[in-house]
Amino acid sequence: MNDRVTWPKLRGLTAARIGLARSGASLATAPLLDFRLAHARARDAVHARLDETALLAALPAPAILVESQATDRPTYLMRPDLGRALHPDSARALSDQAGDCDLAIILGDGLSADAVQRHAPPLLAMLLPALATSGLALAPLVVARGARVKLGDAVAQTLGAKAALILIGERPGLSAPDSLGAYLTWAPHAATHDAERNCISNIRPEGLSYQEAGYRIVYLLEQMRKLGRSGVTLKDLSDTAS
Amino acid sequence: MYRVICGGERHGFDSLATLLAHATPLRSGDQLAGLAADSQLRRVAAQMALADLPLATFLTEAVIPYEADEVTRLIIDSHDAAAFAPIRHLTVGGLRDFLLADETDIASLASGLTPEMVAAVSKLMRLQDLMLVASRVQVVTAFRTTIGLPDRLSVRLQPNHPSDDPRGIAASILDGLLLGSGDACIGINPATDSPERTRELLDLLETIRRKLDIPMQSCVLAHVTTTLDLIGQGAPVDLVFQSIAGSEAANRSFGINLALLDEAQSAVASLGRGTVGQNAFYFETGQGSALSAGAHHGVDQQTLEARAYAVARRYAPLLVNSVVGFIGPEYLYDGKQITRAGLEDHFCGKLLGLPMGVDVCYTNHAEADQDDMDALLALLVAAGVNFVMGVPGADDIMLGYQSTSFHDALAMRDLFGRKPAPEFEAWLIRQGLADEAGRIRPPDSPARLQALLPAS
Repeated sequence: MNDRVTWPKLRGLTAARIGLARSGASLATAPLLDFRLAHARARDAVHARLDETALLAALPAPAILVESQATDRPTYLMRPDLGRALHPDSARALSDQAGDCDLAIILGDGLSADAVQRHAPPLLAMLLPALATSGLALAPLVVARGARVKLGDAVAQTLGAKAALILIGERPGLSAPDSLGAYLTWAPHAATHDAERNCISNIRPEGLSYQEAGYRIVYLLEQMRKLGRSGVTLKDLSDTAS
Repeated sequence: MYRVICGGERHGFDSLATLLAHATPLRSGDQLAGLAADSQLRRVAAQMALADLPLATFLTEAVIPYEADEVTRLIIDSHDAAAFAPIRHLTVGGLRDFLLADETDIASLASGLTPEMVAAVSKLMRLQDLMLVASRVQVVTAFRTTIGLPDRLSVRLQPNHPSDDPRGIAASILDGLLLGSGDACIGINPATDSPERTRELLDLLETIRRKLDIPMQSCVLAHVTTTLDLIGQGAPVDLVFQSIAGSEAANRSFGINLALLDEAQSAVASLGRGTVGQNAFYFETGQGSALSAGAHHGVDQQTLEARAYAVARRYAPLLVNSVVGFIGPEYLYDGKQITRAGLEDHFCGKLLGLPMGVDVCYTNHAEADQDDMDALLALLVAAGVNFVMGVPGADDIMLGYQSTSFHDALAMRDLFGRKPAPEFEAWLIRQGLADEAGRIRPPDSPARLQALLPAS
């Protein structure tokens, strides 16, 4: 059985880098450079700066800009604690907008600004009408720079919202530099931990479609509102229902 | 209080944990925890104070209180005074000199050393010291292959798939076997924690092993409780896997304690599935896991990592793997920090008598690339690491990080004249996968190996 016949068939079974061409025992030049290209894309995604002007222009509703206490990229990468805390100026700006509402939606750069830049506007364009139909009162949209997932808790709390939905760039992998994650938290507060959230991962056209992601977000929000909680227990219910 | 005069300044360190933390070469995880020295001078001052500290101090002063932590109790209660006798008069600095001396029999010290002692001495060492001393310690373990023999380098074949698809996994296994990987184990990280899926993967590996008559051990890296249940149900379990850490509270966050691991040890021992040995545990560790779990007790991440090795050695494992760069830049920022941590972990584990391997790896948000991995991998092989990872093209598509590839392992075997484990090497030769010079060079994919792919 010949390599040229076998490997294309096997590669159809997995996205893993199998059957790579060799020179001696080492990688041949083509697969070496393929890898380097994928890594370069992932690295650029990690360090890309959120283009707030472009994002605001692309969003279907006006938004407030905030930042965390991690005000540059190296600090952001080394100090997750600072990426979870609102900058005092941003906290003040948000408290001016506080009111009684059901849901705060936060768009965070996270580890891939490209992800939120590309996928948040089309996702929100589908999501906002659906949320309006389900009768949820929304806080103003918030765009957050230097954001970790937990920053959404502080934003929602400051805005007086009962729940937080943060759409945030996930850690880039070699195959997906622009994967968007959605984290939902009911009654977020300073001590909320990850087991109390629901996560929808890998939102991008090649992964989980905007439509499917939007459907699951609305479903989870309705369940959260009904049951008054989010997290691991809620996920089980959603799995049985779908 | 520990005091020293360094560069004309007085320095005081209010506890042993602070002294160890301030003496630690810079890394982001200790900065994140607020434990790092605030200047280079302070770091050297701490190293000077540590160098003068009598080793016996570690037997009377615990970094985490004895009453509060079962890992501390394990360390103190299992300390071997007879093995410690030849070095009991030494300071930490004296231990460094002793370990580097030509005539020292390092291996005989293992049960007399505590994790805190080896962590302390590692903080005084340069990379070449860590490598030289570790290279003089051989830790040999066995199940169906023998791992850690001189001039051997084994590989864990890691064929992960994002949805645990058996055919996708089998395709990656085929690629790895052709390139001489799998003699440490074939180990799958399952994408879900479902017991049914874990069982299916164990059955898949067992079928492949039997069909091709491969001298190998398999492992599905599920939680120990899942593996225990599956042993009870008669699943083909070779190795028990578990992630472990250096404090009782961090282990609790992993859902384990020593009693549970003891139970797993009895269960797996009752199976007796090994042929050339019965070392049946596979542990993974990594600096930063205790801080990540909020369970560091003010102790630096490298000392805590060494304490995890005390947990490991209680169970005479086949493999201990420090997954050094996986945790991310908030714990090990860049290639320099990952490199040092990998060599520290290998050194500390070997000194404590463990069969150390290292997952030479990084995430995309760390300041590192393949060149950093090549450097660390070569340094580890030179230092005598027992095994490394083999991931297709170095790209783990399930865990989303970069490790070392089958090709990387072959490059190291060629560069340093290392062979696979003897039983596995004989099998590779029988399959026609080695050339006349004994190098692994598959001519193409032999039809017999294709038999391992499940029917479409």
